[in-house]
Amino acid sequence: MRAEAPVREQPREHPMESLLRMDRIPHIWCPTCGIGTALTAFAAALEEREIAADSVSIVSGIGCTGRVAGYTKLDSYHTTHGRAVPFAVGLHLANPSLKVVVFSGDGDLVGIGGNHFIHAARRNVDLTVVCVNNFLYAMTGGQAAATSPLTANTSTSPYGNFERPFNLPLLAASSGAVYVARWTALHIRRLTKAFGEALEKRGFSLVEVIAPCSTLYARRNRLGTGLDLMKFYHDNSEIRHGADPNDLDIGFQEKIICGKFVDIERPTFLDAMNQRYREVFGDEYQEYGGSHG
Amino acid sequence: MKADPKGVLTGAHYIDGNFAIAEGALAAECRFFAGYPITPSTEIAERFVERIPLVGGVFVQMEDELGSMNAVLGASWGGAKSMTCTSGPGFSLMMENFGLGLMLETPCVVVNVQRGGPSTGLPTLPGQGDMMQARWGSHGDYEVIALAPDSPQEGFELAIDAFNLSERYRMPVLVMTDECVGHMTEKVVIPAAEEIELEPRRYTKKPPGQFLPYEVGEDLVPDAPYPGKGYRFHVTGLTHDERGYPVINEEAQDKLVRRLVDKVKKNADNIMRYEEADIDGADVVVVSYGITSRVVKPALAKAKKKGIKVGELRLVVVWPFPEGRIRELAGSVGAFVVPELNLGQVVLEVERCAAGKCRTIPVTHAGGGVHDPDVIFEAIKEAAK
Repeated sequence: MRAEAPVREQPREHPMESLLRMDRIPHIWCPTCGIGTALTAFAAALEEREIAADSVSIVSGIGCTGRVAGYTKLDSYHTTHGRAVPFAVGLHLANPSLKVVVFSGDGDLVGIGGNHFIHAARRNVDLTVVCVNNFLYAMTGGQAAATSPLTANTSTSPYGNFERPFNLPLLAASSGAVYVARWTALHIRRLTKAFGEALEKRGFSLVEVIAPCSTLYARRNRLGTGLDLMKFYHDNSEIRHGADPNDLDIGFQEKIICGKFVDIERPTFLDAMNQRYREVFGDEYQEYGGSHG
Repeated sequence: MKADPKGVLTGAHYIDGNFAIAEGALAAECRFFAGYPITPSTEIAERFVERIPLVGGVFVQMEDELGSMNAVLGASWGGAKSMTCTSGPGFSLMMENFGLGLMLETPCVVVNVQRGGPSTGLPTLPGQGDMMQARWGSHGDYEVIALAPDSPQEGFELAIDAFNLSERYRMPVLVMTDECVGHMTEKVVIPAAEEIELEPRRYTKKPPGQFLPYEVGEDLVPDAPYPGKGYRFHVTGLTHDERGYPVINEEAQDKLVRRLVDKVKKNADNIMRYEEADIDGADVVVVSYGITSRVVKPALAKAKKKGIKVGELRLVVVWPFPEGRIRELAGSVGAFVVPELNLGQVVLEVERCAAGKCRTIPVTHAGGGVHDPDVIFEAIKEAAK
């Protein structure tokens, strides 16, 4: 005998429905993963700053965070592993009227894509780069990354990682980024603010988001549940705006220094190009910056 | 659509093949170039960046060829006609995202000024050893379009054709030239802008909301969305459906990959191009492309003088390959002679299509120079026996 179906309330509209592809939900991310939080904060920043969503393009590479482009209801490009940044460079330079955001993971952006990352920062291409750092390659099952803390256990460092990891704010700042911030997935309000600032900043901006991966990183390292990781962030994050990027290394289960570390002005690639060509060609040169679309 | 006069350097010029290709690209309204220096292709980038400030566009020297190929794809999605140039080692690096370009269906042009390989090989000397890499170099199943100019003049013309084909079929198109044509200086006549016909981008006529990125009609080519105009489209290198959404199963794979392949195969008659001479009644047909089709000329003349009935078939478009024409000829000629600056690549296609109905004789050369025409003559003589 079938029971009478219970009367249910109509589900409420998702508050971020205008920016999410609801026809692709549920997403593939694990419970307690930090990527969803980062995406929520990003969407909130777009709304808070009243940025015209039609003008925003989002470019991702491969990996768990690489799936962001697929869930975001913007012009969105899911590219190849490590290549989100150069794809975004082309997209922006060919059509500067677009606001181009790269949203990808640590393995994608600074592992396989490291060379592109530092050169886009050096050129100060006007991109907002969001790097969700979960300390390993999650999509492929938890291998060591260029960000894995020393001694951390991953599937390819089963006896503990012995390679020194990148300090991402230092990498970005020393390469030429004009805006660099780091927050954890716990710092939703501050993260949202950082996204807003990065989106409004002209030039290469990096927002690093330290995010829990309870399925792989926490399990392999016996760090408990997602909630335990959030407690860890709560107890071990220290906000130090303007800290020297040299002091931002992340050790295994050690203090995570968060904040805004760089916020400077420097001509973007296109500013510098226009300025140089104007100096050389004078009035003959027409300022570049329009869309070919 | 006529070319924008801004990029067209109308007149007669004495320039090399690389400069001519750059001029062809500018005439075709290419306004974005991303590249990485590599001999013997670099002059294309140099010419482009010298000209682009006053034409209006962007040149960016990327950190490597992986970056170059991706920047070119991104620029194309941004709305620009875009290109890159390279040679063997760089071409290898581009293969990954050449595949992304095919998968996303991105119009753009990649020029390979071939040198001797494998590996670093012969940076300054010619080769035609990347022809099969052009066909198969990226992973998975797909079809390509590859053009092979035999002169600076044709370099100019095929650069324009390459952009037109890339827009028509929405895919990266290859110009497979070689060090000889690239560095050969000849007269290049650039016509007036109004004489240059350009294929515009196939932008959708549908409004946002009704548009699907990979919906196709009879020609199997999808229309493009305008970037930044509210289409909110998604594209991915993953196997996808008409919405552009990833679908990871056999059915979606079969549907997508077959369409990408059929897009070229079913339109092949409109893409293929070759030139023939003295084919009627020929006992031997020499099949060649690029610089080698210039080198065969003295051999053909000598063979004719000796009374050998020899014809010639020059591939202007190498991929897609004129399978039907070779099959047809195989029934009437005694042999194909196929000289190439490699140890036998396009000859494999000739042999496959000839299917044993006539002989197929490769004339191999490892690269680093061009054939001695007498070696080709001897092969023709042997074939005529």
